[in-house]
Amino acid sequence: MSERTEPLHAIDGSDAFEAVSDRTLTRKERYRRLFDRWVLAPGRIVWSERRARVGAAIILLYVAVGLLGPRLYTEPRTNQGPRSLAPLAEGLAYPLGTDNLGRDILAQLIHATPSMLQMIMAGGLFVTVMGVTVGTVSGYAGGRTDRILSLLTDIVMTIPGLPLIVILAALLAPQNPIVTGLILTVNVWAGLAREIRSQVLSISRHSYVEASQAMGLSTPGIIVKDILPNIMPYVLITFVNAARQVIFASVGLYFLGVLPYDSVVNWGVMIDQSVSGGAMHVVSLAHWLIAPLATITLLSFGLILFSQGTDRMFNPRVRARHSSTTDSGDEPTDGDVATTGGGIR
Amino acid sequence: MQRYYIERTLQAIVTVVSVMSLAFFLIRLMPGNPADAYRAELIQNNPQLSQAEIDHRVERKLNVIPDAPLHEQYVNYVTGLLRGDLGESINEGVPVSEIIAEALPWTIFTMSIALLLSFAIGISLGALMAYKEGSSFDNGFSVLSILCNSIPNYVVGILLIWFLGHRFELFPTGGRHSTEMDRTVELLAPVETLAFLGDALWHAALLILSYAIVAAGGWALRMRGNSIQVLGEDYLRVARLRGLSERRIATRYVGRNAVLPLYTALLIAIGFALGGSVILEQVFTYPGVGYYMIEGLEARDYPLMMGVFLVMTVAVVIGVYVADLTYGLIDPRAQTRGGEH
Repeated sequence: MSERTEPLHAIDGSDAFEAVSDRTLTRKERYRRLFDRWVLAPGRIVWSERRARVGAAIILLYVAVGLLGPRLYTEPRTNQGPRSLAPLAEGLAYPLGTDNLGRDILAQLIHATPSMLQMIMAGGLFVTVMGVTVGTVSGYAGGRTDRILSLLTDIVMTIPGLPLIVILAALLAPQNPIVTGLILTVNVWAGLAREIRSQVLSISRHSYVEASQAMGLSTPGIIVKDILPNIMPYVLITFVNAARQVIFASVGLYFLGVLPYDSVVNWGVMIDQSVSGGAMHVVSLAHWLIAPLATITLLSFGLILFSQGTDRMFNPRVRARHSSTTDSGDEPTDGDVATTGGGIR
Repeated sequence: MQRYYIERTLQAIVTVVSVMSLAFFLIRLMPGNPADAYRAELIQNNPQLSQAEIDHRVERKLNVIPDAPLHEQYVNYVTGLLRGDLGESINEGVPVSEIIAEALPWTIFTMSIALLLSFAIGISLGALMAYKEGSSFDNGFSVLSILCNSIPNYVVGILLIWFLGHRFELFPTGGRHSTEMDRTVELLAPVETLAFLGDALWHAALLILSYAIVAAGGWALRMRGNSIQVLGEDYLRVARLRGLSERRIATRYVGRNAVLPLYTALLIAIGFALGGSVILEQVFTYPGVGYYMIEGLEARDYPLMMGVFLVMTVAVVIGVYVADLTYGLIDPRAQTRGGEH
């Protein structure tokens, strides 16, 4: 390996101790290593756990539908088929039936997925970046910076999320799914920031961080190399929580009509239209209401399974106890994941 | 320890003031500024009114003095809120605090029952699951709990209305109580009071149930995790070696130690329950505070909307504050940790 031999040459030079092995890696090797550490290894861990595997499969299904579905399946249009058709009534022409305006229900479900994924990605990234930044800076810097950031975190955690989102959504009336995603997760980062701060506080006392400090690595370098890998599980779980919040809140607010939907297709809009279209009273329209409800529930279920499975994989405490008590491999974790009570705080 | 109490109190005050400031800036600086919009509306509808009279009306409604410098508006707004003046509802023409005071008991009534119900079901189920860890009972209820917890509570609400409300017509689908029922809550008339409470409960039943089903799943999973952790502790082995009865171990040792960490979560959940009622109350057309928040929003009645938001935030601040202050009292193990926050 080049990184082993290269420093030998450096010893001849005057700056032997400045030589850092990573510099000698080619760009390709470095990318491959990064890919291995951040994508391949976690992927293998996730796949080895049944709960996480089911969850990941469900999530991948939605991602695939969101990416490919709109291109392969026709767009929902008024009067594209007979009105209020039951599922499978005309063979595979309208697999989930049509609504009272003759729009294909499966097409509505599929064409609502991309904007939902955009919202989830925007919200998840926003929460991750904010939470990790505030948490690591606060935990690592200490002192006054820490006090101010902690106070900010505590305040954001105390503001009830759903009412705040309702107000922001009403005042800003976002049309763009990315903006909507940011608004819907405006308060979620605080929990991650607090978690990460306490993790950073305990990790930064470890000897390897001290060693890095002694070697004169820069603070950002230490954060990226020594601290971030340890907080990945929290990041992942928070990402999933943010995703659930986006789903619950967007569907709920579209359902209530708080988010504007002139041209938007969304599962919440479908619920709203089917309820006002009488799906609760007319048996022949029931499929119109069931379809979006089932879609939301399945995605949320997949996300929870995924985060529980990965939590167990990443969390050595849970894993160790698990291996000593049962061998069935079917044990949820402490439930740290499921703290939202199925709603939005 | 004293320092901790002082810090926590200060933090609670800072939080409330920050949220009030946030409300001010949202109302004042957002596009489509409500104060200007309301003033324009007043001028248009009442051209004979003097400028001062219009400004006075805007101030009474929104707690904002138009035309004053921003910092003056801000101070005026926040001191008004701190005095309990939430402004006046634009559409109803009555003080916002009156609307909230009338609606709040109903939300507290439903949400407290729902929370306690879900907590009781959750911790009993969670403890049982932990005791039978690995059995088919445990696995079945674990999956069921996850499933319950992964459904948004308003979806459960829609399903309950659909089947129990419309299809089988077992429960009313909206409202606080039957119209023919007198609102009697008196000690001197126990029969009427009971009948009224029963009627109110019957109307709130589906709302309570849809919150409780979802929340119970979460509590059960957390209780199960805590109990399993306690079951592995050394002091439990010692207790068994001492020959204590299983029942005593289950209640005094496992149960108590597993429930204690949930105490904080319960208090915080009480605080957040008001805010969680927003969508549910709309689904059930149940006029509690959450219902009025959406009503205010749809009618562009900003004082009402912001008033409800502030009340909900104060509820959370109180919940978190009480949880932080009292946890050391009920769980002696936390006392040394308390100052670290």
